[in-house]
Amino acid sequence: MYKYDQYDQAMVDARVEEFRDQARRRLEGRLTEDQFKPLRLMNGLYLQLHAYMLRVAIPYGTLDSRQMHALADIADKYDRGYGHFTTRQNIQYNWIKLEDAADILADLAKVEMHAIQTSGNCIRNISSDHFAGAAADEVVDPRPYAELLRQWSSFHPEFSYLPRKFKIAVIASEKDRAAMRLHDIGINIVTNDVGEPGAAFYVGGGMGRTPMIAPCINSFVPLDQLVTYAEACLRVYNRHGRRDNKYKARIKILVHELGAEEYTRQVEAEFAHLLDQGVEPPLAELERIKGYFEDPLFETAADSQIDRIDPDFALWIDRNTVAHKADGYVSAVISLKPVGGIPGDATAEQMRLMADLAKDYSFDELRVMHTQNIVLPHVRKADLHALWTALDAAGLGSPNLDTVEDIIACPGLDYCSLANARSIPVAQKISERFAQTGKTATLGELKLKISGCINACGHHHAGHIGILGVDRKGVENYQLLLGGSEAEDVSLAKITGPGFDENGIVDAVETVTTVYERERADGERFLDTYRRIGMNPFKEALYG
Amino acid sequence: MRLLTGNDLKTGAVTWWTGAEWSIHIEDAADVTGGEEEIARREESARRVNVPYAVDADIHDGSPRPSHIKERVRALGPTVRPDLTLKPADPEIGNWVI
Amino acid sequence: MADTLRYRDDEPVDHPAVTVDSFLDQSNASAVRIEPGDDARELLPHLDRLALVEVNFPAFGDGRGYSSARILREAGYEGELRAVGDVLVDQLAYMRRCGFDAFEPDQRFDMEDVKSAFERWPEVYQKAADTRTSIWAKRHP
Ligand code: SF4
Repeated sequence: MYKYDQYDQAMVDARVEEFRDQARRRLEGRLTEDQFKPLRLMNGLYLQLHAYMLRVAIPYGTLDSRQMHALADIADKYDRGYGHFTTRQNIQYNWIKLEDAADILADLAKVEMHAIQTSGNCIRNISSDHFAGAAADEVVDPRPYAELLRQWSSFHPEFSYLPRKFKIAVIASEKDRAAMRLHDIGINIVTNDVGEPGAAFYVGGGMGRTPMIAPCINSFVPLDQLVTYAEACLRVYNRHGRRDNKYKARIKILVHELGAEEYTRQVEAEFAHLLDQGVEPPLAELERIKGYFEDPLFETAADSQIDRIDPDFALWIDRNTVAHKADGYVSAVISLKPVGGIPGDATAEQMRLMADLAKDYSFDELRVMHTQNIVLPHVRKADLHALWTALDAAGLGSPNLDTVEDIIACPGLDYCSLANARSIPVAQKISERFAQTGKTATLGELKLKISGCINACGHHHAGHIGILGVDRKGVENYQLLLGGSEAEDVSLAKITGPGFDENGIVDAVETVTTVYERERADGERFLDTYRRIGMNPFKEALYG
Repeated sequence: MRLLTGNDLKTGAVTWWTGAEWSIHIEDAADVTGGEEEIARREESARRVNVPYAVDADIHDGSPRPSHIKERVRALGPTVRPDLTLKPADPEIGNWVI
Repeated sequence: MADTLRYRDDEPVDHPAVTVDSFLDQSNASAVRIEPGDDARELLPHLDRLALVEVNFPAFGDGRGYSSARILREAGYEGELRAVGDVLVDQLAYMRRCGFDAFEPDQRFDMEDVKSAFERWPEVYQKAADTRTSIWAKRHP
């Protein structure tokens, strides 16, 4: 894992003091709320439905047990004993006081963490593959590139007042586990014909009001020009992205309006110019960072036998563990989706337990998934039973990864001031319904994603089944979408038709799964069946 | 009726104008019809409230109840965590919100 | 003029800045004002006769002026580069990094705040339009 040196630490410490000063000036009335708002947002502090909310960055979703303990301590000391893991691999706290915020940032800085640029019209926390460094299918570990970009984008003097927020994801595999093409910039580290690594740039994707899949604008940027190329992409956006209309200000609109070809031409021209400006870090910096991401010392002869006598354990193994590049190891997913629970929420005690288990069984490393679960990336198969036993006793053993119970849900109207409808109760009712009918198992992989408004924090456009909360004359209403994917087979879901009320949407989800069960061919997932048979059979069943 | 609401600058807590001061309890809220802009301006510049705005409400069982669900959730707390609302012991409170 | 912070030693230009359009039309002005929507690159052929470029910030959240500033400095412009308008003290350090060396804010700054804004950052990650040595360069001397 990456460790701060004196420079990284000095920057984060300076940021704490800067924010302490800004918060003080706000409390003294020397900054208006309009002036203070972008400053607090660039430190992750929102004014939400019930209080201030603080979003803490978990760069590329990786953290160690000491950091997870610190997150738990913050939940207890400054919040109400829990936190919410988000779809951008961060954590947020819902009950923060402005007068405490700088102290929280100081506590974070002690464990090499921060809330820098977790909101605001700037380059946000860089996300990545939650199985990075463990996945058997990766070309390289993408996290060193993400860390390099984290440093580049932190306190960027030119790109801190962009037209709108800017999200970057970095992966290094043909398998996309980070919704790479639904980001403002998605980077895939690839190798060319002669085996050299380089970066494919996908620019102008996103969800929200106008969902778009990012086109590839350059399939191979050499690694010693990576930062310069990103700088060129951003400069064209900062200069020409729309600022007249907040809803058209994301880079996807610029790329769409200019056309990918013209945007690319402008980026290439800026890139050619910037190559002489010395913005690229020395390649030695990438090598330095890579040094922190070397494999842990896997046991070469790790015992591969798993005793499957306990059926609950066997089910959890089958559902929640994923193949690892090292023999005798797996990545184990801790579900934060108990049936009827709040997706992505974890109590301080659960955080501490996950931290301790990571220390005991996963080389002291944890990952946050964009699906709001936690990964222990490197677990010996021989340790799985002990791990599962401890998780299960703490209510963290739900065997439901990638099933209909593994729902992404944004905070929605229970917490979010932008919401039109509540997301969490819908998620709760759906998981309860399917757990009750016992259909979770037979439905197999089914990605269900719920957003409480058009902003799409719950990725509803990318759900095999998506649900979008809307406000119909002051009453919560839910639209149903089908056919989205954020994986390598990326696609955008389509609306089925008129919306439903809260109970109606739960029934509607059940109805579409029934169509799938009726129509599916051997081995087909819900998404495959939908793609083969199209929308009509589902529409007929829903509205027929 | 119209209620004036905002957040406490320091703590972020949702507050309601009672006619004399700010309260976290919506039961204390007073009708501000006609006076909302002036009160809001004065109170915000004194930093006794942050980003105040007025909302529509009516009287329900003798107390003000905002017309829009968002303001009702705001007034009380998350519907999915009754333990964290202002009325953790009241089993009927969900009906007031929804 | 009294409210302009200047971090350079030469004499300030004594005539008002003209718009980019009129600058490109008329040849004798040595001061020009860039609006957010203007293309700073149009000035590049004329840098040798410019002594002052004002970059206007009608709203502090509109960051196009940061790119305009860097583009001018990258092209070798050495005259005064002044941020004008809705400029906040919390933006000074980044503006300085983008090449601004003078500030004429709508709202007068508290000089203590200015001092702490410039002293805030012990290090910088990126190379920009100032002379600071980046962290990356320090790590790999
Ligand atoms: S999708 Fe909408 S309701 Fe949900 S968290 Fe995002 S902004 Fe809030």
